Amino acid sequence: MKLRSATQLASAALTLAALTFAAPATAADKIDPVADAKAFKKFFTDKFPKVKLEDFVNGPYSMDEGLHRQWEEKEQFPPYEFSLDMGKEMFTKPFKNGKTYEDCFPNKGIGIRQNYPYFDEKEGKVITLELALNRCREANGEPPISYVRDEMAALTAYMAFTSRGKPFDIKIPNDPRALEAYQRGKEYFYTRRGQLNFSCATCHVQSPGERIRAEVLAPALGIMNAMPIYRSEWSGMGTTSRRFTTCNSQIRGVPLNPQDDEYRDLEYYLSYVSNGLPISGPGARP
Amino acid sequence: MASTIRVRATSNGDITEVQALIQHPMDSGFVKDAKGEIIPPHFIQQLTFEYDGKNVFLADWGGGISKDPYIKFAFKGGKKGDDLKISWLDNKGATDTTTAKIQ
Amino acid sequence: MNTPRSALVSILLIASSVCAFAATEADYKAAYAAAEAANKEAAALRNQWTTTAATLAAAKKAADAGDFDAATASAREAEALAKASSFQATSEKERWKDMEIR
Repeated sequence: MKLRSATQLASAALTLAALTFAAPATAADKIDPVADAKAFKKFFTDKFPKVKLEDFVNGPYSMDEGLHRQWEEKEQFPPYEFSLDMGKEMFTKPFKNGKTYEDCFPNKGIGIRQNYPYFDEKEGKVITLELALNRCREANGEPPISYVRDEMAALTAYMAFTSRGKPFDIKIPNDPRALEAYQRGKEYFYTRRGQLNFSCATCHVQSPGERIRAEVLAPALGIMNAMPIYRSEWSGMGTTSRRFTTCNSQIRGVPLNPQDDEYRDLEYYLSYVSNGLPISGPGARP
Repeated sequence: MASTIRVRATSNGDITEVQALIQHPMDSGFVKDAKGEIIPPHFIQQLTFEYDGKNVFLADWGGGISKDPYIKFAFKGGKKGDDLKISWLDNKGATDTTTAKIQ
Repeated sequence: MNTPRSALVSILLIASSVCAFAATEADYKAAYAAAEAANKEAAALRNQWTTTAATLAAAKKAADAGDFDAATASAREAEALAKASSFQATSEKERWKDMEIR
């Protein structure tokens, strides 16, 4: 009896020692976006082996045979055409001071969408495309526009269109603030919220291809690539800001303000882990 | 102002397939706005596609058709290079019309 | 998921059992203030629920109509919802890792 309890005590002590040694390694949890992105892509390609990597950008349309046929038809005469045309017109229409959106962006705003969001080291924050567009307006004496629809959707639709096919190229500079912003975005994505206690991952990592009520859920991989989108549900266009805020309220969480830090960081994370996948925006969704 | 009608008509010699996307609010008259007031009905009532002087497609619509309606249909005949004329008339008396060449 | 739910259930049970007597306006005001305070805490955590706001509004509406029993009950429910949302925000600070793709 004494020997057994002594052995038990010894093994307990050994286990405790092992845990104490193991603890520091996990506690130092280094932020590793490269490893995250790799694991992220592997998770989805393993889950859907028949879907080509670049097709993940079509969301629910790559998850379901019937939906895919509908999507092919829809792409012949897409519902976002009106918004796209409006965006193109708006982009070159001069502000009151004579300048245009072209003057705010590299390469006159053509073919640059895949670089957004980026981390601004001077400001120490993530800058999204929508934020950059409103800042362009304010820098040129124009009032800001709503982040969720209409004009913002048209402008981002046009910019996305000029980048169609280009792979997402989000950069995380070697700056601890950038890594932290990325990490905060990642945390937001996996954190459950709202009375329904869902996180973004609940639908888009645990259940892509399955249904929530009548909708087929999209995988999180490539989910930003088609933005902005014409949603049949909205009977109109919506931006990334629109989708983030409505997702929050759908799970009975009070949404934050469009372009609040949390949303900017979230967009940063989601875009980064989809690096390499082509921009497919503007898109159409059910 | 740009036309509200986008149309693409393609003929394979025998059958012409037509797709059209029309920009129109198509308010049914049953929906309330943010202030709780009814948005008055404003929808296309008649839509026609005319080829060679004859209607190849005629629609009598009500408020149940969605915003920015999309139509797809096919008709026998139609030659490449010929005209296809599309017009609509809504409940407020507004109209728009466009002519497209069959490809 | 089990822990917050059972906590919520017990809070609600206690809340409803206490309301066995007729509530006065003072009871309602106290309950409403407590609920608002709890909701403010949730706001600071950036994790309010839409149902909290809706229940607070229902409490106010009942109070305006003079039904202090219903108003107090709603206010107490709103407080429970707000507290649950704060609990969610705090526990998720660690628990988010459970869902992470590694």
